[in-house]
Amino acid sequence: MNLSSTNVEGPGRVRHAVGPRSTKRGASGVRVHKLVPFAFVSPTLALITLLTVVPILMVAGYSFMDNVIVEPNPVFVGFANYVKVLTDPAFLAALGNTFLFITFSTVVHLVLGLVFALLLNTTLLGNVTKAIFRVVYILPWLFTIAVIAVVWRLMLDPSGVVNYVLGTLGVQGANWLSTPETALGSVTFINIWSGYPFFMISLLAALQGVPTVLHEAARVDGAGWWQRFRYVTLPHIRPVIISMAVLDLIWTSQQFALIWMTTGGGPLNATEVLSTYTYKQAFSNFDFSAASAAAVVVLLLTMVLAFFYVRQQRVRD
Amino acid sequence: MSTRRGRRPRLLAALGVTAVAALTMSGCSGSSSGGASATGDVTLEFAQWWEPELPQGSLANLIDQFQKANPHIKVKLLSSPFSSDQQQMVADAASGQLPDVLGLDGAWVSDFAKQGAIADLSPLLKADNFSEDQLASEVKVNGKAYMIPAVNFVYPLFVNNDLLKQAGVNKAPTTRTEFLDAAKKISALGGNVKGWALPLDTAVPNGIQNDVMSWVWASGGSMLKDGEPDVTNAQVKSGVDYVKSLYDANVLVPGALTMKEQDKVEKFTNGQVGMVIDSLAHINLIKKNNPSLNFTVAALPSEDGYTGKRGIPYASWGVGISNKSEHKAEAAKLVEFLMSKDTNAQLSNLANGFPGNKTATPDFSKSDPLFKTAFDIYQAGYPANEFTGLPNADQLQRTFDEQLQRTLTGSQSVDQTLSTVQSAWKSIF
Repeated sequence: MNLSSTNVEGPGRVRHAVGPRSTKRGASGVRVHKLVPFAFVSPTLALITLLTVVPILMVAGYSFMDNVIVEPNPVFVGFANYVKVLTDPAFLAALGNTFLFITFSTVVHLVLGLVFALLLNTTLLGNVTKAIFRVVYILPWLFTIAVIAVVWRLMLDPSGVVNYVLGTLGVQGANWLSTPETALGSVTFINIWSGYPFFMISLLAALQGVPTVLHEAARVDGAGWWQRFRYVTLPHIRPVIISMAVLDLIWTSQQFALIWMTTGGGPLNATEVLSTYTYKQAFSNFDFSAASAAAVVVLLLTMVLAFFYVRQQRVRD
Repeated sequence: MSTRRGRRPRLLAALGVTAVAALTMSGCSGSSSGGASATGDVTLEFAQWWEPELPQGSLANLIDQFQKANPHIKVKLLSSPFSSDQQQMVADAASGQLPDVLGLDGAWVSDFAKQGAIADLSPLLKADNFSEDQLASEVKVNGKAYMIPAVNFVYPLFVNNDLLKQAGVNKAPTTRTEFLDAAKKISALGGNVKGWALPLDTAVPNGIQNDVMSWVWASGGSMLKDGEPDVTNAQVKSGVDYVKSLYDANVLVPGALTMKEQDKVEKFTNGQVGMVIDSLAHINLIKKNNPSLNFTVAALPSEDGYTGKRGIPYASWGVGISNKSEHKAEAAKLVEFLMSKDTNAQLSNLANGFPGNKTATPDFSKSDPLFKTAFDIYQAGYPANEFTGLPNADQLQRTFDEQLQRTLTGSQSVDQTLSTVQSAWKSIF
């Protein structure tokens, strides 16, 4: 540092001299200074670009070409693949199935998760009892999707445990996963079973963050259980509920393994969802262009959900 | 201060190098093959699903024999389950990274050949004076041989002798009428026991070739004419009509529309179904899981009055060579080794299959007697799998599967199904 070029103008105030040489040095110093933050984030940016941005752009590019991957010289076809996919009855059926699947899954995840979280948060049960229930309730979350699919395929088999139990109760069982009328409901049920513990744990954490003094004050004011739940508990946990619901919509819309391993999208496409449709286009039809177009449509739909999630997070912040 | 100034460019440079290195590492990838060392040794990559399905270490032992005979060639085994092998190879083919030697399924050949991902084997074998006459079969596309079936697994009729006896049936059925009758009698036993199992899961739709078209092939029928789809012919219609009649007679294990092949095997193993068409490779599995199961294998029933040779479905462990391999000559040597008389006999014995080399003789002395029975059935008939070598074979079967499900559930007739399949297949061909 050149002290001769610095004037001290009073306590705590330093003014840099503005000579021609020092201006040049100062400008390059400022430029370097500005670049440092970018340099720090450059490895992360490089990885994100390589692992996320480039694949997305490649898939988007594929969706405008014909016969990509399987042909050495694919040609540009504009929106032809989008027209093909969006007018395919199988895609539209998959879209409808996906809507039902994710809507029911998310709503029931939320309701079940909230009910179990409230039960685990009650003061009516002892700590040991609550710990036991906590373990029991969280069990479905500990299994991998492959195990869940195998277990439920066995249980819902026409001669499986579920139909046996129903039979002993005098109720006629069904071919749960192999009848078009019951297949989508069955895989949705399995998805709900496997996913509610995550809601439960998150909501339990949120419930435990609700100040007890507010409940006590409300009780003193004569509020009943429902009024306390509605006017004290819900406002406190609403941000968590909304965040979880949006995340669950996104995750459930990407569910592939469970459906593939239980029904494969059948019977008669009754459980075909966007992920299985896209997979079949790519690895069965080898029509990677149509698969890319379908994947881009799914991406756009998911981005709408992601937009709401980010907005919700900003509001929270 | 000057020290700090000096560090900044170095820091930037270091970060820049990191980023470029990351880009370079992801952008660059290895060559399609193992490559040659400075000493002239060549390392071949051999991708297959065989190793996990063979007795532990047995494929590595065979490869050791090869390496001893060819000291300058090393072989690196890349093993993965069959279920993930095809996807891996599709991805590898797309990126030009296919390993040198490939385990292939007949259903994949046409697509890989069209992509130019696999090599024509004939010139490579001719260059080594390896006679193709000794091969039981080759899978060809446009006259070029892209795959050699190394081991064949036939799909005979598995019959539960105890259930058949309980149902009052004296012998395994040989005609469609006898089969329907036996299936009805077995189903009448009750207790969740049914006569036949039909896996029609669309995720892996191979039930069409193994359990549906097998009825057509067993009576000498065909679904092709001059290499083009011909599924509306009388023989295919008769076969599909028959499957529909079995479904309507309620002799099938419930849940056929989403049943997987492993469900079929499990139900037969557990004594819940009297008869199934299944791979011979499952004999050991069934005996291991239920040693007390009394079962046998038989030829597939044919149409009443049919006296010709019976087609018997089969699947193969095929072998091929990557078109991008830099060491095709060495890769050909490995293929020739696997297909040579002695090695091929060893490999097929280990896999409980039938050899792809006609001159190799299976050794039944240490195997289950049912293998000998199956070999006799195989020799009395002919291997039939018309999906082998067809374009998008998986999709062809899935299309058939989806339409057949409509027929079975009563939403369309057999004729409608076949004409829809015919036009869908035409567009794929």
